[in-house]
Amino acid sequence: MKGNIIKYAQDNIDTDVIIPGQYLKVHDYAELATHAMEGLDPDFHSKVKEGDFILSGRNFGCGSSREHAPIALSHSGIKAVLALSFARIFYRNAVDGAFLLPIEIDKDAYDGISEGDEIDISLSTNEIKNITKHQTYKMKPFSEIIGKIIAAGGLFKYKPDQD
Amino acid sequence: MNIVEKILARASGKSKVSPDDVIFANVDKVMLHDVSGPGVIKVFEKLKNQGISVDKLWDPTKVWVAEDHFVPSADKVSAENIVKLSNFTKKYGIEKHFKYGMGQYGICHTLSHEEALVMPGDVYVGGDSHTNTTGALGAFACGLGHTDIAYVLLNGKIWFKVPETYYFKINGKLPDHVMAKDLILKIIGDIGTDGGTYRTMQFGGSGVDEMSVQSRLTLCNMTTEAGAKNGIVEPDQKVIDYLTSRGATNVNLVNGDDDTEYAKVFEYESSEMEPLVAKPFSPDNISVVREAPSVELDKSYIGSCTGAKYEDLVAVAKILKGRKVKIRTEILPAAISIYQRAMENGLLKIFLDAGATIGPPTCGACCGAHMGVLAKDEICISTTNRNFPGRMGHIESQTYLSSPLVAAASAVTGKITDPRDLK
Repeated sequence: MKGNIIKYAQDNIDTDVIIPGQYLKVHDYAELATHAMEGLDPDFHSKVKEGDFILSGRNFGCGSSREHAPIALSHSGIKAVLALSFARIFYRNAVDGAFLLPIEIDKDAYDGISEGDEIDISLSTNEIKNITKHQTYKMKPFSEIIGKIIAAGGLFKYKPDQD
Repeated sequence: MNIVEKILARASGKSKVSPDDVIFANVDKVMLHDVSGPGVIKVFEKLKNQGISVDKLWDPTKVWVAEDHFVPSADKVSAENIVKLSNFTKKYGIEKHFKYGMGQYGICHTLSHEEALVMPGDVYVGGDSHTNTTGALGAFACGLGHTDIAYVLLNGKIWFKVPETYYFKINGKLPDHVMAKDLILKIIGDIGTDGGTYRTMQFGGSGVDEMSVQSRLTLCNMTTEAGAKNGIVEPDQKVIDYLTSRGATNVNLVNGDDDTEYAKVFEYESSEMEPLVAKPFSPDNISVVREAPSVELDKSYIGSCTGAKYEDLVAVAKILKGRKVKIRTEILPAAISIYQRAMENGLLKIFLDAGATIGPPTCGACCGAHMGVLAKDEICISTTNRNFPGRMGHIESQTYLSSPLVAAASAVTGKITDPRDLK
């Protein structure tokens, strides 16, 4: 899975800045996308391209449980968020709703990957290749259940009884 | 096993569970509101298009619905959402729908205890991150998103990774000027906004035993701000009394084993606690009130699931009685039952005499929705739970989080004020 990086080099990006509270009443996914990251980066909507990835620090998606957050990012074209760590509800929402991949990375990847870099994520080898910089980093493998839900295409398509 | 492991083992039909086990837990209660409800309706529409049946819920008697974020309807879109929610509960036969303007209604987490909707030992999930609040009754209470709530509504169960538990042992009764809010701010300041991520935060010790149920609710409420999966207090006679006085019958206690071990134990001495604030822009950016910045406040906001329970309003009244507010002060009781008690016991008169505005139960400005959101550069002291950039309004507004006592004392002086320093 290839894409370009939009980097926010900070920790604790909360769901209030990913999609501000005034839009919680909105449930039209395309409209939510136009307000994605509005609380942090008003230029996000104009610069994001289909297939891009976000790179950020610790505790991405903390705060409110609003599923609007992964929805707004996903419908902006974001296919994965790479972060040093994630807040739990954002992580669950992203996976169970099959909106985007939450990928935990280490400090090497966080420091090594820059804004605009093209990277290639391989879920089979748990590697991230930086095509721009000719570097390779490890990603943290998904836990068993998360891997299965992702492979199924979301919680509703996952059949636990068949395990 | 500790209390959470016992609850999750029971709910998943296992004799024992351990941290990191992945289980499907049968859910006892589920909540949705005017934000997560329409979100769930949207998920149902998607499922229907995929050929998945959404004709009936697993058990509508276990579901309850609150109207809280944008009510009384803030605008046309919010009004449409309330109509959608009403159609949804009618279609699926959900009888516990607390509608504004029709008797008891209020913030979902407040109704959970005011209406005795959740019992000790329950697995309770809600479409809101502060669902953690209700762990104070001894339930496993956990917030989920729309997809997960939709899954629960249709299947009656949901997956969890069994969390490890951080135990917070509080020694001694809190001093009169210190509230549970100060204690949880202190803890969040110590462990950080991701210090509890994926974990249970359990509270105990003589300080928690001494605490009222409503104070315990404040503790568990803000475990969310430490990233925790849930907060919990082992239930006791106080919880039984609290729930039975609100109409519950047959309240059974559940407790952890005596030899329970925890992933980590933190100890706090209540006598060392002081009134605190969380400065902008994070709940872990803590300062002692007496050392807080000397800013000119524009507003004091007393509301939300965190800081507008009856006990919180009593604390505010204690400060405002016979005094006048110097800055805009809004007080929004978190449920109609609390509003009514505040009226019957003379609290509303104290608030009005002091110059405060009293609003209806709503999440309101806590989440920047309506009813007193902040303008650019406005500075607010608030009994709520989050102070992220733009949380209560303009991205360049600022919020200091505090206890109801501190928010009321600050309303009187216009500066961040320790209640002990009021003349």
